[in-house]
Amino acid sequence: MTKHQTAIVGIGQTKFRSKRRDVNIPEMIYEAVRMALDDAQLEPKDIDAILIGNMDHFEGINFSEMWTGIDAAPGYLKPVVKVATGGTTGSSLAICGYHNVASGIYDKVLVIGWEKLNEGGATTGIITAFDPVWERPSLAGALGPLALMAGMYSAKYGITPEQAAKVTVKNRSNAANNPFAHLQMPDITIDYVMSSQVISYPLRLHDCCPQSEGACALIYANETEVKKITDNPAWFHAVETAHYYTFGTDDKMYDLPTATIASKKAYKKAGIKDPINDLDVAEIYEPTSWSELSWTEALGFCKPGEGGKLLDEGITQMSGELPVNPSGGVLSTNPIGATAMVRVAEAATQIMDRGEKRQVPDVERALAMGFGGSLWTELMILGKEPMR
Amino acid sequence: MDKDKVAIVGCAQTKYEEDKIDLTVSELVFEVVHQLHEDLGITNDDVGCVITSSNDFNDGRTIANMAIQDAVGSVRKSESRVSGDGAFAYVYGAMRILSESYDTVLVVSHCKCSEVNQYLVNNSIFDPFYQRHLGLDQVSSAGLMANMYMQKYGISEEQAAKIAVKNRKYARDNPYAHLQKEISIEDVLNSKMMAYPLKELDLPPFSDGAVAMLLTNEAKAKEFTDTPVWLKGYGSCTDAYYLGHRNMTDLVGLELAAKEAYKMANIQNPLKEIDIFEVYDAFSFHELMIYESLGLCKKGEGGKFIDDHFESNLPINKSGGVLSSNPTMANGLIRVAEVATQLMGKAGKRQVNNAKIGLAHGMNGICSQGNCVLIFGGE
Repeated sequence: MTKHQTAIVGIGQTKFRSKRRDVNIPEMIYEAVRMALDDAQLEPKDIDAILIGNMDHFEGINFSEMWTGIDAAPGYLKPVVKVATGGTTGSSLAICGYHNVASGIYDKVLVIGWEKLNEGGATTGIITAFDPVWERPSLAGALGPLALMAGMYSAKYGITPEQAAKVTVKNRSNAANNPFAHLQMPDITIDYVMSSQVISYPLRLHDCCPQSEGACALIYANETEVKKITDNPAWFHAVETAHYYTFGTDDKMYDLPTATIASKKAYKKAGIKDPINDLDVAEIYEPTSWSELSWTEALGFCKPGEGGKLLDEGITQMSGELPVNPSGGVLSTNPIGATAMVRVAEAATQIMDRGEKRQVPDVERALAMGFGGSLWTELMILGKEPMR
Repeated sequence: MDKDKVAIVGCAQTKYEEDKIDLTVSELVFEVVHQLHEDLGITNDDVGCVITSSNDFNDGRTIANMAIQDAVGSVRKSESRVSGDGAFAYVYGAMRILSESYDTVLVVSHCKCSEVNQYLVNNSIFDPFYQRHLGLDQVSSAGLMANMYMQKYGISEEQAAKIAVKNRKYARDNPYAHLQKEISIEDVLNSKMMAYPLKELDLPPFSDGAVAMLLTNEAKAKEFTDTPVWLKGYGSCTDAYYLGHRNMTDLVGLELAAKEAYKMANIQNPLKEIDIFEVYDAFSFHELMIYESLGLCKKGEGGKFIDDHFESNLPINKSGGVLSSNPTMANGLIRVAEVATQLMGKAGKRQVNNAKIGLAHGMNGICSQGNCVLIFGGE
């Protein structure tokens, strides 16, 4: 299965806000790094390698890891590597960290995702991700394709704007229980979401994720090292990535085939037959309210077209059989290079039973999802016990 | 790390040249992926996952790997991207074999840096608060480093010029190399001053190109080739970010990375025990500094080393090195591919006889900040 069992033993997250004017880039990242080191009771010298990432163009810094890996993290005279894959940057880093340890090359690694969007321009950056000839004049950026997906999904399965709005209400009220979350709205209503400004039909302002500034840091260790650090780690049971077409519009757009492909493989590795019963919590990467409904279908939580019904039945609520995004999800917090890593951090927090007000009872297994690029999915399944 | 568990079973390279304007980045990458498939007689189904290396600034695209998904055949598969030098992508690929997650990994790196204003790309590596406004880039900072090195150890411009002459001479035997015209020491010394003491011919060209290789495990290697090349040692080390925080006269990060790799591969005397070196010679003086950091000679004796070996057939950068072909982000993976090709005995006119152990060096950032040293062995 895997060469060396690998677990998360330390977690750090900054407070996420739309503008962190109190700190510069290295200072902001250091907040998360210090917290993760303290959490694992490790010193900088204990770390073998640093994996760090963000999106180059968002802050306009080339080779950002050569700066941040040294000045914000203990990378001096150590290996420092950057992994960056767009929205999936955080999950790609988390998966890279897994391979760094599971391969036996390193014993303990520090994995960091960050973004300080207010010092750059996310949309300006994202638009350049798309083909200059075929896509850039028509369907570039984040909102356009996501609106198209929401519209196609709604038309195909009769999902209503009310059902989508309910996702925002669920996630932003969950966020009120998460001290790190950016948008905490305990009293948010469906009417409030549905009366917000249309951004790109059918997406309204509150159907969309915010832009946040912040960082997330995780410390990984192998089986031998875990024993010295903690008796409450979160073990990796499966990591899986699926890509698809280069051009998003080659896809059907009303579903997410990469999530279906990746989840089937990951469930098989982790021995999961019925995700609703076998998983205890899921932290999924929902850039819009509509996408959470669609992604829950693609992940096999329900049949295609039944994402709305799954939510209406309360299954994904905090009190439901499979709570989805107790942290408030991406709709509440979105520091792009860290967003997908926050999913992993929150899944690990749930496994460790340290979620306080957002804790789901008796979590044995948790799913974390990253989404990005041209509709890519990355999945990690974490468990309380090592995978045998 | 377990030695001799990851095999390179095939490599493909494009011709490196300026202004490959007839090919998109995706077409450039497809050229090497297709070539690799042809050489190994495999299809996309034989590839477990893909690791790429690219740089958003050089590609002018955020998430630059998005553009090459079809070209690398990652449909329904895992692809991940190291944002940096290709040697680090090789390391990530090797990790995916060693973690026993995949049986085969395709590693690809590309760059079309001749299309880009390299001053802007490299100036953006410096922090936006203190250094960027000084106008530093890879040429001016290399000039600072070369000057300090020259002053401290009494190295001459002629000694550095010998590196450019040697590498350009070797490049004539490498069909993939960009600059294949032989030059003299006088040509280097008389070329246009760029950043003292660096002249135009002390510096690499800007090239477009791509490189790909297939990695596999012990069980599968012989299914693909009779001449797999095994990973025997690895070390990686990153120096301080600010130039003022660094010892600019010695490549400290490279020295530590090499020590780690030698220890793992059980190498006591690198010059004797290693048959072929491919190093990231970002500028002529840099290769002299690399000799010292790799322990091929004592500190400060890089100049003497080239004087002593200039007439001999030094097995260092037989490909012509970065000074002859420079698709920046791909340089490290090209070093790995060149070492692997030598150890497979398939290097044609540039082949070193009886090459059994090889060293490849990759680099990230300005003036050797991030370093990766890999030791390989043939069958």
